Amino acid sequence: MKLTPVLTANWGDERPWTLEGYGGDYLAARKAVTTMDPDAVITMVKDSGLRGRGGAGFPTGGKWGFIPQGDGKPHYLVVNADESEPGTCKDIPLMLANPHALVEGIVITCFAIRSNLAFIYVRGEVLHVVRRVQAAVAEAYAAGLLGKDIFGTGFDLEVVVHAGAGAYICGEETALLDSLEGYRGQPRLRPPFPAIAGLYASPTVVNNVESIASVPPIIDRGVEWFRTFGREKSPGFTLYSLSGHVTRPGQYEAPLGVTLRELLELAGGVREGHELKFWTPGGSSTPLLTAEHLDAPLDYEGMTDAGSMLGTKALQIFDDTTCVVRAVLRWTEFYAHESCGKCTPCREGTFWMVQILERLEAGDADASDVDTLLDACDNIFGRAFCALADGAVSPIVSSVQYFRDEYVAHWEQDGCPFDPDASTLFASAGAKK
Amino acid sequence: MSFRETDRPGSAPASTGLSEETRRRAPEIVARYPKPRSALLPLLHLVQSDQGYVSPEGIALCAEVLGLTKAEVSAVSTFYTMYKRKPVGDYHVGVCTNTLCAVMGGDAIYAALKEHTGIANQNGVTDDGKVSLEHIECNAACDYAPVVMVNWEFFDNQTPASARELVDSLRAGEPVAPTRGASSVCTWREAERVLAGFYDGRADEGVAAGPASLEGLNLAKANEETA
Repeated sequence: MKLTPVLTANWGDERPWTLEGYGGDYLAARKAVTTMDPDAVITMVKDSGLRGRGGAGFPTGGKWGFIPQGDGKPHYLVVNADESEPGTCKDIPLMLANPHALVEGIVITCFAIRSNLAFIYVRGEVLHVVRRVQAAVAEAYAAGLLGKDIFGTGFDLEVVVHAGAGAYICGEETALLDSLEGYRGQPRLRPPFPAIAGLYASPTVVNNVESIASVPPIIDRGVEWFRTFGREKSPGFTLYSLSGHVTRPGQYEAPLGVTLRELLELAGGVREGHELKFWTPGGSSTPLLTAEHLDAPLDYEGMTDAGSMLGTKALQIFDDTTCVVRAVLRWTEFYAHESCGKCTPCREGTFWMVQILERLEAGDADASDVDTLLDACDNIFGRAFCALADGAVSPIVSSVQYFRDEYVAHWEQDGCPFDPDASTLFASAGAKK
Repeated sequence: MSFRETDRPGSAPASTGLSEETRRRAPEIVARYPKPRSALLPLLHLVQSDQGYVSPEGIALCAEVLGLTKAEVSAVSTFYTMYKRKPVGDYHVGVCTNTLCAVMGGDAIYAALKEHTGIANQNGVTDDGKVSLEHIECNAACDYAPVVMVNWEFFDNQTPASARELVDSLRAGEPVAPTRGASSVCTWREAERVLAGFYDGRADEGVAAGPASLEGLNLAKANEETA
């Protein structure tokens, strides 16, 4: 396995966030807009097999193909830059170091779907990223790469940078659209899908930052090149984000289908003196996996076969010092806090699951509470408008599946058997508290 | 119970506490969007950039500019955690206590800062008004855990000791530089102005990427691997 820096290739260069640092021009966009038909661009992205990098893995070109053409309505591109799935930390460094990759991808995407207005919905809690994206968009306007008559072809495109205001649910595409329309960010019932009735009830493509940034290299170097990486149904390269109890956490851009064993080898392994206990393949909403899944391919099919999901490729690594009940309680508190309140099973269910997990972590529960917890999960999963509810039950169900004994140990020992200090970064670094 | 005149759309009186600049900028924000209501989130950031929180006058301004009721504006502003119902400090400190950061030390950092500042409640402020404290959800910097934010700038790989020093420096008015961000932390209100969409010209400050962001790239370079 070798690493494949494409989106990350220039991150170590001199001022890569500037247009000059990016290479001074949008060559792939120039090629698409001046020499290709919009439909040919859509076909090319479809043929590449690029799948959404925001978690769901839906084919990007397919999404574009659903936009009705010649319908007389305005079309919109909305970039989902609201990265906030716990563990996920790839779009933020991408926009910090290489925002022009995103803006160039936006030009190509809008040309393909016949859109003249795009929005970048970037989460608000990342000030310097907002600055870098604002500056990149302004630079692109100044260079004639955005605005009127781009490349002299008559293609007009406006891009608006829009900062969110702190709500995990706005990473869900229809909640994001409601938020962008100036409402509370709450998911919409589908159908209609955004491709038919999205922003302002017009056809809208919502794509993740990394998906859009992956488009220019495909246009530039071709479908065949892209498909030399990854696997048949999950082609290409992607950003894997390793965090937690690993020697060298960070971003590793590799072909889809790499395994955690291979990535851990590159990252220096689990932190010294400890063993892998559990991990998430793609954020907290993807069921936990264990050391027995080290050789499962980290692609869309491989993770489904392993009983989880690829998600955002946010590999959170937890070693043997970590209490799984504590970890799951905290994630559940997160889902309860972030539930938008629209659907009763999610709003009420997450609230009650926190209560049960608090008792379990404190050692004040018993086997019947675990059953109640799983029963609540059953009644939440699949019973809400959006995937937040499904995500909320993932860590609970999977942790009971793999670590039921640890739940039992809590009430048998009348409390948590773990020392939280032992799992901290400073415990291993020997830094003073 | 009767409805007051000011609860009707578009009839809220212009408030007195807001600056001329805020009034001038509000319609500029509305002009960015095909439909005015899309301007509500940036308008609320603008209000915070003026008054440090979503003030009653600010809610009235948003309602007036967009033709909404104040109740409609409040309903939106209370949904989002970045909008504050009371003033926060000049430097708003957020400690990530989502699972990964919590396990890596975020819980210990948050406990240390509560003790050190005497702030007991979420979004509480020190007596001098300099620093406020919030435990936050995942801020997308997990490879730098445990993470602390100040006015939404990244302070990576923190410890309880480093976080205490950080807060002391902020309270003493010393310049403080984030790990990945501008060369110094701006005030809460200045940050909110940027989030309202008014770029402050500081994108060229700071690093392109931190060390963790470059781990894979550096390894690929060392092994002469390319795509």
